[in-house]
Order: sequence, then structure tokens, then C-alpha cells
Amino acid sequence: MKDFARLSTPGSADDDMTELLQGPGGADRGLEMPDEDVLLSVRDLRVVFGARGRKPVTAVDEVSFDVRRGEHVGLVGESGSGKSVTSLAVMGLLPKRGVRVDGRVLFAGDDLLQASDNRLRDVRGKDIAMVFQDPMTSLNPVVPVGRQITEVIHRHHDVSRSEAVDRAVQLLRRVSIPDAPRRIKEYPHQLSGGMRQRVLIAMALANEPRLLIADEPTTALDVTIQAQILEILKEVVAESGTALIMITHDLGVVAGLCDSVHVMYSGRIVESARRRDLFGRPRHPYTGGLLNSIPRMDTPRGQALEPIPGSPTDLLPWDEGCAFAPRCTNRVDECTESPPALVVNGSRELRCYNPLDASDREAVAR
Amino acid sequence: MTIPVDTGPGIAAFAGTADTEQGDSLWRGAFRRLRRNPAAIIGAVIVLAFVTVALLAPLLAPYRAASTQWADQVTPTTVPGPSPGHLLGLDRYGSDLYTQLLYGARQSLIVGVVATLIGLVAGLALGILAGGLGRAADTVVMRFVDIMLSIPGLLLAVSVVAILGQNQVSVMIAIGTAQVPIFARLLRGSMLSQSKSDYVLAATSLGLRRRTIVLGHVLPNSLGPTIVQATLNLATAIIEVAALSFLGLGDPDPAVAEWGRMLVAAQDRFSQSPQLAFYPGFAIALSALGFTLLGEGLREALDPRQRR
Amino acid sequence: MNDRSAEHSVQSDLAVAPDAERDVILDVRGLAVHFPIKSGVILERTVGAVKAVDGVDLAVTRGTTVGLVGESGCGKSTFGRAVLRLVEPTSGEVWFDGTDVARLRGDSLRRMRRRMQMIFQDPLASLNPRQSVETILTEPLRAHDIPYERHNRVSQLLDLVGLPESAAGRYPHEFSGGQRQRIGIARAVALEPELVIADEPVSALDVSIQAQVLNLLEELQDRLGLTYLVIAHDLAVVRHIADEVAVMYLGAIVEYADAEALYETPRHPYTIALMSAVPVPDPVVEDNRRRILLEGDIPSPADPPTGCRFHTRCPFRQPHRCDTERPALRDISPGHQVACHYAEEIMAGSISPQRPDLVEAVES
Repeated sequence: MKDFARLSTPGSADDDMTELLQGPGGADRGLEMPDEDVLLSVRDLRVVFGARGRKPVTAVDEVSFDVRRGEHVGLVGESGSGKSVTSLAVMGLLPKRGVRVDGRVLFAGDDLLQASDNRLRDVRGKDIAMVFQDPMTSLNPVVPVGRQITEVIHRHHDVSRSEAVDRAVQLLRRVSIPDAPRRIKEYPHQLSGGMRQRVLIAMALANEPRLLIADEPTTALDVTIQAQILEILKEVVAESGTALIMITHDLGVVAGLCDSVHVMYSGRIVESARRRDLFGRPRHPYTGGLLNSIPRMDTPRGQALEPIPGSPTDLLPWDEGCAFAPRCTNRVDECTESPPALVVNGSRELRCYNPLDASDREAVAR
Repeated sequence: MTIPVDTGPGIAAFAGTADTEQGDSLWRGAFRRLRRNPAAIIGAVIVLAFVTVALLAPLLAPYRAASTQWADQVTPTTVPGPSPGHLLGLDRYGSDLYTQLLYGARQSLIVGVVATLIGLVAGLALGILAGGLGRAADTVVMRFVDIMLSIPGLLLAVSVVAILGQNQVSVMIAIGTAQVPIFARLLRGSMLSQSKSDYVLAATSLGLRRRTIVLGHVLPNSLGPTIVQATLNLATAIIEVAALSFLGLGDPDPAVAEWGRMLVAAQDRFSQSPQLAFYPGFAIALSALGFTLLGEGLREALDPRQRR
Repeated sequence: MNDRSAEHSVQSDLAVAPDAERDVILDVRGLAVHFPIKSGVILERTVGAVKAVDGVDLAVTRGTTVGLVGESGCGKSTFGRAVLRLVEPTSGEVWFDGTDVARLRGDSLRRMRRRMQMIFQDPLASLNPRQSVETILTEPLRAHDIPYERHNRVSQLLDLVGLPESAAGRYPHEFSGGQRQRIGIARAVALEPELVIADEPVSALDVSIQAQVLNLLEELQDRLGLTYLVIAHDLAVVRHIADEVAVMYLGAIVEYADAEALYETPRHPYTIALMSAVPVPDPVVEDNRRRILLEGDIPSPADPPTGCRFHTRCPFRQPHRCDTERPALRDISPGHQVACHYAEEIMAGSISPQRPDLVEAVES
């Protein structure tokens, strides 16, 4: 992929970007609408894990998506779908040994996959910040939370100690932590799970990043706490105009939060759409299957669940056909002959030979 | 309960992997991982060579053990080095050094293995008592083990030899005793942590008898670390056998070749004939290294985090 | 399953009928589980207690499913384990088909276990990694001296949970999460129990697998006439599977009703907030809903609040009674019990949330 990019547009990464944004290089999919507002552009991301003596495993392949300024993008999938690996690759957080990352991750014109470690460290925390699922392991247990926040501030800003502390208190207030001046002196274990997650969000926001990546930020939390955290996330990203990538397995979380949604299965994006289109008229049998199989609070009670048969596999059998084919109710002969390509149609993208009928789902939904 | 079942979901995915009727047990998986670990292979080769030498010493050795027929060639200042008849030369008593080394392997292995077995069996017994019988037994056993642990291992071994008298059996018991608390604590610890696991709770809720739960569920799942430790302890035991001999507390029979005693004998000739100390020292280190590599390999292979 | 609603109305009639006419298989009265907090290095002494379960009454009718919902730390799992005597109850009675299980000792307790089984949250952790599926499924039969024909029995059980016969010789780690849970379920029904307590049976599974397991549980209930107590934090799961639902908060039940009534007209402020917090996978619903956000976190069960345990977070908290008097579970309408002093006022709308800012504004 990199070679290909160099061939078509010799020059630095910046040149690439200008070319891509304005130029005719129509070879790249998804760039039909050149958009000045694109903050992050992931192109043909491919991550291969290859430990010594083992067969290489492709965890992510052919993943492309854009995040515009202030946009909320959902990356939805089950375990093994590659959604978390995608975010780690974007952040440059995958281990160097035994992992091969190809493709491009263009952030404000820079290809982060080509960036030096120093540059990456600058970007991380300042321009892109991340919130993880488990707040306890993301915080240093022996350092008070306030100091963990001020450290992040000091790393990217030249401010005095007291200014940094003031800022930390402000940040904690912004994520609705009561009694912030006292709380900054506490250690992570003295806080509840919800409080710790708020601290992490505060930390992520410390340098006003332009992009926040939240990887299952509420999965470990109770539903009432989840509601609090989602509310805070929604508020703070709206106030600061931060773009958000929400990585989750929970379709409900995405439904209320994200402008556009990408559904991943076995390492590839199988369907992308604006939020209302996706939930209103899912086209991929996997998306439709998920929506029909989960118990919901809004459907009539007593309605039977229609499970998706089989289980997600760890392997990526995309070479021989669609990875979802063995579980698919809409399977046709083509599905097991060659892998389907992602087809773009306006704001929707779909990787399926025999998608669900658009009208049919609407009838089921309401 | 014979009701026809519609083809349940999950079978399709399962059928793909069901090519063998026999499943892949944890031990078999561990063995597979062990074979893939080069360090463990090196360890296993060393251990295998060591065991072979020990077992076949009479066949491999060019001469009889402890035959001092070349004593006249040894003078107070010189010990003859390698010669066509003697691959490594003679020792200070006029025996063939190579022959003595081979027989020494035998002695180290027998004493090391028996001693570790004594430690393992007694340690397992105490561990099961402590980890399987409940709180009162646990407290009593563990305080006893704590007392044993508070005495340094070699000191404990020395005392045991002093009490039981100086012979091969007491050396084995001495070294074995020093290992008891290690095994007991290790097994008790892993049994207690396994006891808290869900499958033990499940076994209880199924109404299994307590004995079945402890011996059939908790114990087999707790043995892994103990087996690893036993392998590692063989290395220590071999060193301790040598150490006891070095301190003059080993098997007193001079006819039995023993690496530790060979080291002692080499002491006063070290400046003129360093090979006398080098070869037995190297043999001790190499065999200990072999068991350690194998033990570490086992630990990695049995580690549940390695399971995929 | 499609005629669930028809079944359901029969069951709700049962629920309001006097106890004598209900075939109550499990009747828990005043169950409490307090874990002592120990302090001191040499001489341990008890300095307090975590009141994980603090006085719970619950009756389960034969052949029905009761759902027990609540957030982590509310004591729902401990309750389930105490019923099965996997943890020791501090006080209370657990009447199972005429026997107080809480008082059984030794072998009579062990024999009783055959009739009450458990399905665990983490299917891998609850299966002994060193046992083959066949051993896992036959061991309980041997423990209870039940004669069985090995091959037949194992394939019957596997068939029942939708696993192929070839699974018998394999080990738990060779299966996917959903398949492991099927093995756990097969083990639980191997002894042909009457009551099955399922503790978070699907929460560790992938989303696309959960429905398979839920459907399997319903299927087995129909075929084997099982009674379920399903413990879960997921309100949607419980709504789907349960006939009657109890909501737990900090060691006590705050609301109990048949599922239809509870989900249609939740009466306790906690239930109301809990339900409003569940995200729905429908943007139209999400954009137009009113969400009641609760303040703060669940208080520690070692030091529960005075009065109503929910008053510290309650949006409808009143200046009187709430912080001084612990509300009892009382009938608010036939078969619908609520532990709230002001349930009627909240229902009538004469009390509104104290902190309107906590009720999320409706997006236009």
C-alpha cells in the first residue's frame, strides 16, 4: 500500500495528503467527496500478527474510514472483530515486534504510521487521546489522580505547578466529579469504577485533543453509571468540538451517540452508514441479525429472539469468501466463492453479495 | 429426555474443528508447547544425557570405579593430566578422573531424585492436609511449615545428617526434609486459590463429595507449579548433595564416587591441577542447568496464560 | 414461545392468587448474608459486616422464571449462592419444596443439591479444565449414585443442548464461549433438577451468541419443566426471559412484580432510573427519551445509608421519612410490591424529581 502511494504521488506525507484531498487520485476509495473537514483518514489499514513459529494472523484488513472534525464515529463489533486493534493501530500503540501494520493513517495531513516515535508521542495525548475499558489498569495505582492529570498537562504545556493543579480541578469539575479539590489528592483505589472512568476522561481531555478514542469505556460499568459516563462524554465532546471514535460491542450505546457507524466482522468493515440509516434499514445480514437477536427494551415483550447461528471465529477466512457466510441466513453461492468487496453507495458502504431487502426490515422494526 | 432437537446453532462452526474424536487435554497441549521451546529442548537433552550416563556408568566407564591402581603416578606435587589411557587424567588418589566423573553422575542422580521425591511426597501430603482439610488443619500445618522454613535449608540438612548419622540414606532424608516446606507451601497456595474458582463452586453445587472435590478437582489443577518446582529442585538437590559432601557430611564410603567430594579432594591441589576441580564443578553446574532449563520450560508450557 | 403472552396472563393470575393456590417451589424468608470484616494481625476480631444480602423474601412458583436484577454489589449473586448454600446464610429460611435448605447439614444437604442446580456466568472458569466433556457430564451422576448408560446419557445431554456427540471427548478450552455455556447448561440439567439458578448466564458471551443461549434456556424449561431464578444485571435480558421480576438494591428487594407490570409501570424510583438508563439500539428512541441520571455511586454495603437505602441517590427524595425510616416492601397494586414511602405520590405525579437538571433534556 505504501509503495502504491509513493508511486502515484512522490513526495512527503504532506504532499500525499494535498494530492489526496484535491487531486484526481480516484484509486482510493471513499475519497469521492474531498473534504477539508476530515481530521482522521484511515486507508486500507491491515494489521498482521506473526509471532515466531506461528502462522501469521490477519487481525484487521481493508479498513478505511474518515472522521471529520467534531464527528462521532462508532466502530461496532464483537470480540475478535478487530475494532480494538484498529484503534491501537491508529494510536501507534501496537507492539513493534511481531506485528505488521500496513496502510495509511492520515491525521491532519500526517501519516501516523510513518511518523517517528517522538512525533507519535507528541500526537498522543495532545492531538489524539484515548480512554480504555478498564480504568483501574489505565491509572497508576501509587500516584494520586491529580498528579496523574497534571503530569499529562505538563508534558504538552509549559505551565506552572499551581496552574496545572487549577486546570486539573477544573477538568474534574467538567466531568462532574464532586468535591474536586479533595479528590485530586486521592489514589485510584479510593475511587469507584465510575469515578475512575471520569478521571480518565478528564485526563484524556487535559490537552484539548482534537480526537478522542473511547474503547469500550462503559463496558465494565453498571447501567446507571454507564448512563452518567455516556452523558458526560457526550457533553464534553460537544463543548470542545472534539471528534470521537466510540469502540463498542453495544449497539445501544452507538444508537444514541454516533453520527456514523461502522460495523466490523472478523477484521473487516462489513457495513457503514449514518446512524439512522443503519438502525432503520440495516442491509448487511450480520447487522440485521444482531438487531434481531438482542433482547431489547423497546420491542413487545414475548417476541422471540432470532439468534445468529454459529459463533464468531478467531480465524479470518476472508480469502475463500465472506467470513460471515457460515452463519448467514442470506447466503448465496457467491458468498463462499470469493470475498465480497466493500461497495460504496452515497453515505452507505456495504460488503455483501446478497444484502437484506431495505423495505423488509422497516416493516419488522416498527 | 429423549426429545428430538432441531439442529442447534453452533454445530456448524464446531464441525469444522471436530476432525478428531479425542480432544486435546491440557497436558498434551503443554507437551506440545514444551517441544517448541528451544531452551527446554536443550535442558531436556542435558537431563537425558545425565540420566543415561548415570544409568550406564558401568558400561561407559573405561575402568572400574575407585580403582586406585595408578596411585604410584600421583606425587605430592603433581597429578598426571590427560594421556592416551586416561582421557581427563588421574585424580589425586590415582583413579581415572573420567571414570570417577561418570560414576559421580550416578550418585548425584540417585541422591538428588530420591531426596526430591522424599521432599515432594512429604510436601504434597502436608500441602493437601493444609489446603484440603479446612482452616484448623491449615493453621496447624502451616505454622509447622513456617518453623521448618525459618531454618536455612542447608543448616536443616546438616542437622538431620548429624542426628541420623552419616550415611547415604540420611543424606537423602536430609536434603529431602529441607525441600518439604517449599512443596507444602506451594501446593497449599495453589490449592487455596483453585478452591475459590468457579468450577469448584460448580462441583459443590452438583453435590459432589468433599473428597472428590479436593482430590479430583482441586489437586490435579494445583499440581502444575509443584511439578515445575520439583524439576527445579532437582538442580538444587544435586548442588546440595555436593555441598554436604564438601562439608564432610556426605556418604562416608570412599569407594563411592561423588562430585562434591571430588571437589573437596581437589582443594589442596587447586594451584597445580585445577582440572581436578574444574571437571566435577562443571558437571554439577551443567546438570543443574539442565534441570533448571527443563523446569523453566515446563513452567512456561503449563502457564495458563500461554493457553490459547 | 410465540404464545408466551397467553401463557403469561395465566401466570400473572397465579401470581396474585393466595399462596395456598400457588405451587411455590422455593420460598425464601428473611434471608441475610453478612460477611464479617476482620481486623488485627494476630488476634482477628470482627469490626463490622458487609451486609451483602439483608433480609430478602422471595417466592418462586414451580415452572416459572423469576428474574433478579440489580447492579454490581447489590447482593443478587450472593443471594443466589446462599439459596444453594454455596455461601452460608447468616439468618433466614430457604424453603425448597417443604424443606428448609438453610438448616440442612452434611449428606442430606449434598443429596438435596441434586434438585437445585446452578448455571454460572463464566463458562470457562466454571468447567474443570482437566476434565473432558464426558467426565464433566457424568461425574454428577456418579456422585449421586444414579445408574446410567454412559454413552447414551452423554449423547442425550449433548443433543439436548445442541452440541454434537463428538464433543464428548474434548476439553473445555477447545470450545467457543457459547458452546462452553451449553456444556455448563448440560451439566446443570444432567441431574434432572427442579430449580435452576442461572447467575448472569449470558453476560460473558458475545452479543450474537446471547440469543442462542437464552432460547436454549427457554426451550429446556418447556421440555424439562424447569423452574428458573435468573440473576442478571441486563434488564433487557430479564425482561425477555422472566415471568416475574425482583429488583434488588444494596442487599434488599425494592420492587417486585410480574414482568409485564414492572416494565410497563415501574414504581420504585430506582427501577424507573434503571430502566431509563438502558440504551436502546434505535436512534429514534434514543433521541427522544427522557433519561433520569442518578447521582453518585452505590453506597458501600458495609455502611449502608439510614432509612431508605436508595435515598442518597434518589431523584424523588423527600425531606421526611426517606432518611430515617426504612420502607417495607408493600403491595401497591395486586401482585406489585414496592419498597418506597412515596410510590403513590410519584405515580400520581405530585412529586417531581428534586433535581430537574438530572433529568436529561429531550433533544428537539
